[in-house]
Amino acid sequence: MSEEVKKPVGKKKLGLDPRLAEYRGIWVFIEHERGTAHTVSWELLGEARKLADKLGVQVAGVVMGAPGAETRAFCQEAFYHGADHCYLIEDPILKDYRNQPFTKAMTDLVNAYKPEILLLGATTLGRDLAGSVATTLLTGLTADCTELNIDVDIRSLLATRPTFGGSLLCTIQTLNYRPQMATVRPRVMAMPKRDTTRSGNITEGKLTMLETDIITKVLEFIPDANTNKINIEYADIIVSGGKGLKKPENFQLIRDLAKVLGAEIGATRPLVQSGWVEAERQVGQTGKTVRPKLYIAAGISGAVQHRVGMDASDVIIAINSDPNAPIFDFATYGIVGNAMTILPALTTAFQKELAARRSEAVPA
Amino acid sequence: MEKFDAIVVGAGPSGNAAAYTLAKAGLSVLQIERGEYPGSKNVQGAILYSDALEKIIPDFRDDAPLERHIIEQRMWVLDDDSYIGTHYRSDAFNKVPYNRYTILRAQFDKWFSERVTRAGALVICETTVTDLIMDGQRVVGVRTDRENGDIFADIVILADGVNSLLAKKAGFHAELNPGDVALAVKEILFMPQETLESRFNVKEGEGVVIEMVGKITQGMMGTGFLYTNSESLTIGVGCMLSDFKESGVSPYLLLEKMKAHPAIQPLIEGGEMKEYTAHLIPEGGYKAIPQIYGDGWLIVGDSGMFVNAVHREGSNLAMTTGRIAAETVIALKQDGKEMSTKNLSAYRAKLDNSFVMKDLAKYKDMPGVFHANPQFLTTYPELVNKAAHSMLTVDGVDKKTKEREIFKSFTRSRSLTGLMGDAFKLWRAFR
Amino acid sequence: MIHIVVCIKQVPDSAQIRVHPVTNTIMRQGVPAIINPYDLFALEEALRIKDKFGGFVTVITMGPPQAENALRKALSFGADDAILVTDRAFAGADTLATSFALASAIKQIEKTMPVDLVFTGKQTIDGDTAQVGPGIAKRMNLELLTYISSIVSVNTDKKEILVQRRSEGGVQVLKTRLPSLVTMLEGSNEMRFATMPNMIRAARTTVKKWDRVAAGIEDVSKIGLKGSPTVVSKVFAPSPKTVKAEMVQTESNEPQDLAGALLMRMFTRFPHVREQLEKSVN
Ligand SMILES: Cc1cc2nc3c(=O)[nH]c(=O)nc-3n(C[C@H](O)[C@H](O)[C@H](O)COP(=O)(O)OP(=O)(O)OC[C@H]3O[C@@H](n4cnc5c(N)ncnc54)[C@H](O)[C@@H]3O)c2cc1C
Ligand SMILES: Cc1cc2nc3c(=O)[nH]c(=O)nc-3n(C[C@H](O)[C@H](O)[C@H](O)COP(=O)(O)OP(=O)(O)OC[C@H]3O[C@@H](n4cnc5c(N)ncnc54)[C@H](O)[C@@H]3O)c2cc1C
Ligand SMILES: Nc1ncnc2c1ncn2[C@@H]1O[C@H](COP(=O)(O)O)[C@@H](O)[C@H]1O
Repeated sequence: MSEEVKKPVGKKKLGLDPRLAEYRGIWVFIEHERGTAHTVSWELLGEARKLADKLGVQVAGVVMGAPGAETRAFCQEAFYHGADHCYLIEDPILKDYRNQPFTKAMTDLVNAYKPEILLLGATTLGRDLAGSVATTLLTGLTADCTELNIDVDIRSLLATRPTFGGSLLCTIQTLNYRPQMATVRPRVMAMPKRDTTRSGNITEGKLTMLETDIITKVLEFIPDANTNKINIEYADIIVSGGKGLKKPENFQLIRDLAKVLGAEIGATRPLVQSGWVEAERQVGQTGKTVRPKLYIAAGISGAVQHRVGMDASDVIIAINSDPNAPIFDFATYGIVGNAMTILPALTTAFQKELAARRSEAVPA
Repeated sequence: MEKFDAIVVGAGPSGNAAAYTLAKAGLSVLQIERGEYPGSKNVQGAILYSDALEKIIPDFRDDAPLERHIIEQRMWVLDDDSYIGTHYRSDAFNKVPYNRYTILRAQFDKWFSERVTRAGALVICETTVTDLIMDGQRVVGVRTDRENGDIFADIVILADGVNSLLAKKAGFHAELNPGDVALAVKEILFMPQETLESRFNVKEGEGVVIEMVGKITQGMMGTGFLYTNSESLTIGVGCMLSDFKESGVSPYLLLEKMKAHPAIQPLIEGGEMKEYTAHLIPEGGYKAIPQIYGDGWLIVGDSGMFVNAVHREGSNLAMTTGRIAAETVIALKQDGKEMSTKNLSAYRAKLDNSFVMKDLAKYKDMPGVFHANPQFLTTYPELVNKAAHSMLTVDGVDKKTKEREIFKSFTRSRSLTGLMGDAFKLWRAFR
Repeated sequence: MIHIVVCIKQVPDSAQIRVHPVTNTIMRQGVPAIINPYDLFALEEALRIKDKFGGFVTVITMGPPQAENALRKALSFGADDAILVTDRAFAGADTLATSFALASAIKQIEKTMPVDLVFTGKQTIDGDTAQVGPGIAKRMNLELLTYISSIVSVNTDKKEILVQRRSEGGVQVLKTRLPSLVTMLEGSNEMRFATMPNMIRAARTTVKKWDRVAAGIEDVSKIGLKGSPTVVSKVFAPSPKTVKAEMVQTESNEPQDLAGALLMRMFTRFPHVREQLEKSVN
């Protein structure tokens, strides 16, 4: 991506090129594998809802999969999470994700029903599909967005994403092409309320493709060993450590606190790189994006690449020996001090507090 | 087995000068640099003296990354809270071709190296020469830290900088004497062009150099310096390694203290630190120069102690020694002579009647003088500043009395003969 | 004998990128350029296939003249040939334009030697869109294999490849035909240390420079700015959150007092955190 800033051409141009104006509405690709939908789909519906209201258009979910109730159920969920409408393609070929048939199905739908915006999760599947779809449709795609907005008078999607190692953000527009495509990372957007009173109608499409047309075959699927499966993205409480902990032994203090809080463990990149913790626990731009109710950061400076992964947390507690550490610029609470002494103190304090509460609950 | 006419170890100014000159003359040259890229390992921010480079690449001004040409030189003598000094600024310095420039070494070395490559030398980076391959007393090649890393050549030119490990390994050098090297620490402070130019009262492309002596080195033998680059400042201080050892002063804190000096702080205010580097400068001068040639090898640049401590010229001596070494080799090649100790002695001879040795010889007593007489760097700065202060303070005391006071204060802290002796020593040394 | 083309990009070492404190633009001055780290996994994998089955590895990059250094480095690791696609006309290319240019360049390569495999990295650290790979595949209609964690086997005469692909919650084992395009997952291998002979060979090899025409591109509307549907309308530094942290202090500033004070304040201001804690604890 070129770094020099180009002014959007033809802004303020009254009305929209009719060729572009045909495209209307916002679509969200409902990602699901082996019977479970990826929650990023719902997060995207929530965001799409906001954008659609600005544009005064409908939100549609796109569901593809093997024929059956399971697949159709995802349409229902889509409505609950904010979709007005769903496009559904059921075909045995679409059982497991494969680039070729999914690209075909999606591009056919787009060419038939012309949405102005198409959103996908920036997951391995989503990125794989988005790339091929965008190239097939010869339209623009902005990956890994952290913020979406609309320039209403030119109906243009303002897709903001980190660039140059996260030290900068850039806003990207697709001005003269439709649909405008973007992928968004899980947990970046807030999860909308699930409203079971909502409903909508379904438009069914066909996959014009035979199994024999498909060259790449899935021989087998080897699920990750579910034991020690780490999933901090959806944790409600996270205790994270950084280089300030000095020695690997000291990371135990993080584990102790996490244990007491029933929290997940997170870390900064240097710790992952020096092998103190598993890569799955890295929070930040090249790690996981999290938005827990409580995030405790000990010995973490708060570099922007870490910050982008966690500053959507409800409450952030920062422990740092340096009163000028950047993390204090955005944490909720700050304690200036030595993590090695503060952490144990916190652990005991929480223990007491929570124990107290539990004993109150028990009737005498 | 690969064999070259010449192998050059190091891609600093001296190595580049040598490799460039050799390649231009059509010799097959392999240059080996341990850094990620030429310049990556080199102290940034320096003064470039045109003449030396001009003799190698006459048109260097066309595309070399030069920061600013220097139009003003300031010499400051500082005590704890004041300085007295001379500023020399002349529009003559604004006439092309300019004589001195500030450069950023990382960029400059990169540029120079590109020229070397274009001249036809093979330049290899991220490769460390670990040893010299000897055949009896003769150097026949180098061993590197890579698989199948032995490479052979008729001549190996050591341009591996001050504290040349190779030269020492091979026993061409004695261990460095801490009294012969200075440790210098430098910082690059980023500063928007407009701010910098208004602060130093210069136009685009024009630069200022400030040389500093006095309390800033806390009694150690050394100097401080500040150069203006296009969008940054180079500030640093260097003192004899031996003095750091004795005084136990941390170089980093020394620089921090200097930056906080009331005369300096306002100049660098708001500068954003881009990098901090420490590096040795050979300052032994003429007397410290080791054996610089032998069977199948030559030493150029810092590794040969070719630095003029007084004017902190190094890169120009480095480039000149590199060039002359190369010319020596080329001459021998042309007459089909072998690279023997005897034949290579021509290198030393050429140096002896070049400005290199003449200058070094001229100042040969300088380091000694300063070393034996710390008062030059401690007592005097204080006195001079005091003197200036009282002269400039209007407080009803008449100037005559003041002069007497000042003279007393001088003699009080150092005997009259002592003063005269000092003056003489200095005069001798500079002459 | 199989022919592999590896796409590498030269990127500024983002660890050393600085933002101009005043103008808020990127200061590339003095920032070393490196091979996009993710691409090294692609290159190493290609070289391993070459070592195993015998073959020929061509590295290609689209970028400014300096990008030659990246190619030279790739050569020193053992690549056989290097092509720099460089032309002012490419300036300002987004992923669509980039993949178009690279695809047509690779088609040119095919004219001299058919291509069995194209490797790209997972993504770049300056653009990190992970789109150029899929883009090339579509344009050359190669079988697309993204997020590949290992190449299980390559059948050179049957022209088939067996790979493991990282996907949500597990790995897929995929079988497909050549030619195909692989985007290699990070950590799947470790780049070798170049040997001295390869270093010298690399220093000697002249990198082929292709301009727009040599890369077989007639239609300028498909490359550079013109060929890029997306425009970067704004580049800016993350706005510092205005509300700074509420600093917790006590007279003693003893750890236990600090901890106590913190909990008291937090639980009064954020009761839902306490509820959450009680849930997660028991
Ligand atoms: C392209 C790119 C991507 C990146 N992606 C990520 C990413 O995804 N995630 C990530 O985390 N980083 C990432 N980084 C790295 C990031 O830039 C920072 O280097 C990193 O986050 C710093 O980690 P840290 O805070 O643990 O270490 P430091 O920055 O060294 O901070 C250590 C902190 O501990 C404090 N401290 C020291 N001693 C104590 C003590 N006794 N008690 C309490 N505090 C103490 C210090 O004051 C300091 O603030 C990325 C960088 C780049 C260039
Ligand atoms: C703080 C400071 C300020 C200075 N200011 C000035 C100034 O203003 N003007 C001026 O003219 N001079 C200045 N100098 C002196 C000048 O920097 C040196 O004299 C000059 O760099 C000498 O060049 P060189 O090629 O001999 O050595 P270097 O520039 O040190 O180059 C040696 C090269 O060899 C490489 N190398 C070393 N060992 C090996 C190995 N085993 N294998 C492979 N490669 C190896 C190193 O990586 C390095 O790149 C200053 C020096 C310092 C420290
Ligand atoms: N200009 C380029 N030249 C060569 N290869 C590239 C270029 N840009 C991207 N690539 C390849 O495409 C991959 C994905 O890039 P990106 O879509 O920018 O994340 C990279 O890992 C490279 O292998």
